[in-house]
Amino acid sequence: MDTAKVEAIIKKHNGDATALLAIMQDVQAEENYLPREAVEHIAKKLEIPISRIYSMATFFESFHLEPRGKHICTVCMGTACHVRGAQRLVEQLERDLKVKSGGTSEDGLFTLEEVNCVGACALGPLVIVDGKYHGNTTSAKISKVVTEIQKVEGGK
Amino acid sequence: MAKINSAKELQAYKDEVVKKVEAAGKKEVAVCCGTGCQAYGAKDVVAAFQEEIKKQGLDDKVEIKPTGCHGFCERGTLVLMHPEKQLYQRVKPDAVAEIVEKTLKNGEIIEAHLYDNPATGEKHKLESEIPFYANQKRLILSNNGEIDPTSIDDYIAHGGYLGLAKSIEMGPEKTIAEVKEAKLRGRGGGGFPAGVKWELAAKQEADQKYIICNADEGDPGAFMDRSILEGNPQAVIEGMTIAALATGADTAYVYVRYEYPLAIERLTIALEQAREKGFIGENILGSGKNFEIKINKGGGAFVCGEETALIRSIEGKTGIPKPKPPFPAESGVFGKPTNINNVETYANVPGILREGAKWFTSMGTENSAGTKIFSLVGKVNNTGLVEVEMGMTLRDIIFKIGGGVPNGRKFKAVQTGGPSGGCLPESKLDLKVDFDSLTQEGSMMGSGGMIVMDDQTCMVDVCKYFLGFLKFESCGNCTTCREGLRRLHELVSLVADGKGDENTIPLIEELCETVEKGSLCALGTTGVNPVRSTLKYFRDEYEAHIKDKKCPAGVCTELITYEITDACTGCLVCKKRCPENCISGDKKQKHVIDTDKCIKCGICKDACKFDAVRIF
Ligand SMILES: Cc1cc2nc3c(=O)[nH]c(=O)nc-3n(C[C@H](O)[C@H](O)[C@H](O)COP(=O)(O)O)c2cc1C
Repeated sequence: MDTAKVEAIIKKHNGDATALLAIMQDVQAEENYLPREAVEHIAKKLEIPISRIYSMATFFESFHLEPRGKHICTVCMGTACHVRGAQRLVEQLERDLKVKSGGTSEDGLFTLEEVNCVGACALGPLVIVDGKYHGNTTSAKISKVVTEIQKVEGGK
Repeated sequence: MAKINSAKELQAYKDEVVKKVEAAGKKEVAVCCGTGCQAYGAKDVVAAFQEEIKKQGLDDKVEIKPTGCHGFCERGTLVLMHPEKQLYQRVKPDAVAEIVEKTLKNGEIIEAHLYDNPATGEKHKLESEIPFYANQKRLILSNNGEIDPTSIDDYIAHGGYLGLAKSIEMGPEKTIAEVKEAKLRGRGGGGFPAGVKWELAAKQEADQKYIICNADEGDPGAFMDRSILEGNPQAVIEGMTIAALATGADTAYVYVRYEYPLAIERLTIALEQAREKGFIGENILGSGKNFEIKINKGGGAFVCGEETALIRSIEGKTGIPKPKPPFPAESGVFGKPTNINNVETYANVPGILREGAKWFTSMGTENSAGTKIFSLVGKVNNTGLVEVEMGMTLRDIIFKIGGGVPNGRKFKAVQTGGPSGGCLPESKLDLKVDFDSLTQEGSMMGSGGMIVMDDQTCMVDVCKYFLGFLKFESCGNCTTCREGLRRLHELVSLVADGKGDENTIPLIEELCETVEKGSLCALGTTGVNPVRSTLKYFRDEYEAHIKDKKCPAGVCTELITYEITDACTGCLVCKKRCPENCISGDKKQKHVIDTDKCIKCGICKDACKFDAVRIF
């Protein structure tokens, strides 16, 4: 990552170590994950140990330390979705994308994630694919959505 | 735009706005743009309306208002037509042209978009006639269907900031007395009296005090706070400002989940507008007092909803709870006195100041005044956000408002209070919902999640689900919580897999006690509630898993098999869909599942049109 970008983000927060969470969030918003160089740079600028940043990054679920896939599939695991069968959707997507939940497929195309709840319980079970909500879905329906994307990507 | 400098100016400004709206004489059409409706495509509906009213020359007669959540998520996208409050449900963009032409232009009702009551077959024209709405008391949520959350004028026209003006006139002491008298209790879960908390913060001598609004809303299946922030952010800002002036704070943080981008966006706009008008910033309403509000985005850790963990997170550290006392009111952010309340708690404050404590205590029960918002979800017909007077029974909420359990299935349990709460059975349905009675029965009001379960929900699986959630979210500080929840999850998983024996349940019970006694914060101490309540009310299900190696609800995969019955017509559909190719049988022949190869994914059952695939 461009150090100038990291620099600008730190400046925006006045180089204040109490804004660490926000600084990390802003960096991730740029890169989709926290690259090692960015972490090192933040640590140096704020004069804090690198370990503190990694402790934050692993404590808070919103951070990613590896690059994520081109397409993001997020399965809502809220209680309402759970009682309506969300676990089966995760298993279906694991089979379709050949990746374990939380991981990124080998070709870098898909990241499969779970989220605690997105608060759209009326539409459960629910999967968000690249920001689009697929509500009241089933294994078969969601499978179709991702295989369509796979087809388009494969055709390139 | 000019600042408003006094109560008098505010009243004058309000009158002016109201007059302007009246003079324009426009019919307002409120399109619900809550998260649920947006997922149905509400934004396209709004765009279609805007285009269509232009096309049909109604620009100066109709105003399209994208609003916050109206609550009836099940029937989105919702379109509410003022002033009659006619409701059209399940509106799709392609229906808009006809609605504009027939209803908005000619006043004709289109039957197809009306709510049809499944119980009576009746069609209802008005929002107030629909049982889902008729049985609610929508103090806070009603504004969601009225005001444009991006317009402070709209909020002011509905009485906004009059509560703040009143509070300034009364001064801090009387304001706190009023909130105490109103018996407002915290809506974030604990139910602690807000006025008492404010008083403690007000009493502290310090050069700096803070206000925090807890909008972390981590309970899965809960979206009340989000809907308030998205639909009526000014009410929260007004509540926080009143709290700030009463306690002597001049800086506030709103700690919002990062998964709530729309709430953050709406709040940012609202803060901007409140500052322009002088409701926050310097010299608020000419009072000589200053108050600034900042937004902090949460990092996605459930435990950061706990107040001391949240405070650490604001300080730029990992969110690990601290022992209390000292309470945040004594030593909070950066060691300074800090008043922390939940979104819904703050949203209740302006009304209390405006209308008085008596008005507030006239609703609800002796010890739980006012209303509470619940997210009614799961196996229920009318999924959505409901606001009811405290003291309504679970039965009325689930059956009268929620319309009962779908697909003719049988009600089994209702889970309240999120991961700290419990599951209550049918025999507890007549329980009046307030802070104390739910706790007595081993559950909790919590922040207001209410998840309905039917006979196809396995209570062992539900318990395993919550433990899985909690063990993942435990911050790891207390050994009993970190290790205890993990072991509990293992033990309950054993039961779910049919590997439990006669020692498993006693061991689970013993461990619950250890986790409860040895953990610092409520994540651990009340985290055992889902285990205890399911064991208390649904022990027979645990025993079926242990003794008979059966999952009565047909959920736990280790204990079930999929089989094809004689209802099979041999249509080949399941055979084609099976990801493991373990279904055999020719066309028009009854198919057979090779149970050794079957991974129990359930795709065949979903695919079968003849209900021939059964779980045994
Ligand atoms: C594990 C845990 C999670 C919590 N999550 C939330 C939350 O998401 N939102 C909230 O308002 N309160 C939450 N609380 C309660 C807060 O600690 C605190 O009691 C509340 O913010 C006080 O506000 P109130 O008095 O207005 O309810 C949580 C508590 C615990 C122990």
